[in-house]
Amino acid sequence: MLQFILKRLGLAVLVAFTVSFISFSLLFLSGDPAAALAGETASGEDIEAIRRLYGFDRPMLVQYGDWLMSALRGDFGESYYFKLPVASLIGDRLGVTMLLGVCGISFALLTAVPLGVVAAIRPNSIIDRIALFLSVAGQAMPSFWFGLILIVVFAIQLGWLPPSGAATWKHFIMPTIVLGYYAMPAIMRLTRAGMLDVLSSDYIRTARAKGANETRVLFRHALRNAIIPVVSLAAVQMGFMLGGSIVVESIFALHGAGYLAWESIARNDLPTVQALILIFSMFYIVFTFLADVLNAWLDPRMRSS
Amino acid sequence: MTDPLLSVRNLTMDIPVGGGTLHAVRGIDFDLNRGETLCIVGESGSGKSLTSLALMGLLGKGIQRSADRMTFDGIELTKASKRQMRALRGGRMSMIFQEPMTSLNPAYTIGDQLAEALLLHRTVTREQARARAVELLEKVGITAAESRLSQYPHQLSGGLRQRVMIAMALMCEPELIIADEPTTALDVTIQAQILRLLYDLGREMNMAMILITHDLGVVARVADKVAVMYAGELVETGPVAEIFNTPSHPYTRGLLRCIPLPGKTERGKSLGTIPGIVPSLVGSVEGCVFRTRCPHATMECRGAIPQHHDGEHAFRCIFADGKRHSDKELTA
Repeated sequence: MLQFILKRLGLAVLVAFTVSFISFSLLFLSGDPAAALAGETASGEDIEAIRRLYGFDRPMLVQYGDWLMSALRGDFGESYYFKLPVASLIGDRLGVTMLLGVCGISFALLTAVPLGVVAAIRPNSIIDRIALFLSVAGQAMPSFWFGLILIVVFAIQLGWLPPSGAATWKHFIMPTIVLGYYAMPAIMRLTRAGMLDVLSSDYIRTARAKGANETRVLFRHALRNAIIPVVSLAAVQMGFMLGGSIVVESIFALHGAGYLAWESIARNDLPTVQALILIFSMFYIVFTFLADVLNAWLDPRMRSS
Repeated sequence: MTDPLLSVRNLTMDIPVGGGTLHAVRGIDFDLNRGETLCIVGESGSGKSLTSLALMGLLGKGIQRSADRMTFDGIELTKASKRQMRALRGGRMSMIFQEPMTSLNPAYTIGDQLAEALLLHRTVTREQARARAVELLEKVGITAAESRLSQYPHQLSGGLRQRVMIAMALMCEPELIIADEPTTALDVTIQAQILRLLYDLGREMNMAMILITHDLGVVARVADKVAVMYAGELVETGPVAEIFNTPSHPYTRGLLRCIPLPGKTERGKSLGTIPGIVPSLVGSVEGCVFRTRCPHATMECRGAIPQHHDGEHAFRCIFADGKRHSDKELTA
């Protein structure tokens, strides 16, 4: 097990470096940063001056090495727009995004897994049909539309919840539902399919033949095996939620990291965008690593391979 | 004479299918005493496995089971509550399945799965359960039993897994053990060992055993009683010697001609086959089900079929000795 964890950890670090390099070079390919910074009316000399000032005239590898060494120390440079250290800028926003992400994935898992299990126990029952309807609706509805509907109903018509902002826990209810509902269908379908598959397997019959009761059969013997693919999916969804909650953060005016990313791209704020891409990809890497470890704990066959 | 451990009368199972009802098992009767071994033989789809699952109360949804009587040590299984059935399953009656490769839970160690069988039925500590597991693993001939406890199913071969399954079935010293083709999925070299082991353990613990197989060589070696099933019916049943020496139902005779028997089969002569296929059991099933393949069939075989008894030996045929006498058997 320890060997497995170390192997995965090594792999995660390698992926992290690769991702950081690719994201760094992609931003250089997307245009001349000096020209963009200088603005449309700048003269050739101005652009050259800016190029030298920011060090864009050095070879790209040198710039990357420089940036990476600072990044490892937690220094992501200064935002062109805010004129503040990027690290503290992101630090302020990350709290909101992480809270939203944790709430979103929790909401998704807490609704999707029980629903998937019940749907698998009674396939084609009323509950199964309802679960199917909910998941199709969730997959078909765009987040921005669903978010607006919720605002219209619960904030404007009923006045139960605040429409935007992040001041209290009440502000997080609708964003959580919108974000979680987006991830729910896939998790639900995978849980249902996994449970259906496992429940018809020979070892479930063995468990029953031993005299285990239905609760024990379902949770100890079946769900433990059926949940393995769900763990991997949830990890990817979680990474997506932390990095890709841009739409939800914009609708509900939650000033999180996603919102910051969107603003910074529009403003050509290179250091901020680079740092955010790095942090978002780190989230994916960390969650994938955690999912691998959790899966190895759940499934002994994975440990030996 | 004491009451039999297991007594079954008119066990019937119907499965609703697309175009009607599949009469999968019809009117099964048999008794089994403590310490006896009953072999159920018959071809695939004849209802052997369904019969054993019905006894264990493990039938899938959608299969309708009925019986005039199905008692285990005086307990009426058709009327037993779910709780009562759970207490019996694994506790007083156990089952060994055909597929050792997939019958163990991949997520738990051998030790956990063995211990669970005991912990579900007895108030013992984990340590006691593990000690019992080691004892049984040794009994089923697994070396380094102690270290096997922490292994997972995927680390064991098929033969070892089936030994683990046997050990698991024996954890609570059941009075009845049902083995559904326990060696079909194993290498030929392992098959004999596993059967020998089951047979010896059964004798040692004085367990009654139902062994489902289509290997008549095995039947000849281990059975006390034989039940021959064909297309959902028990066509012939009786003590093993009588079944092999004086097979009465035409199907049983046909089956016996399909295998070489020492002293009975002539050298150089080809083995028999039973021509034709098993009839469909969807819709109404009347008369003798074997008549479409029977060399002795007459018009009367479409009607009610009497049961002939001679002590414990019984068979269903319109002819008192299972033969039409006007002509010789076609396949002889």
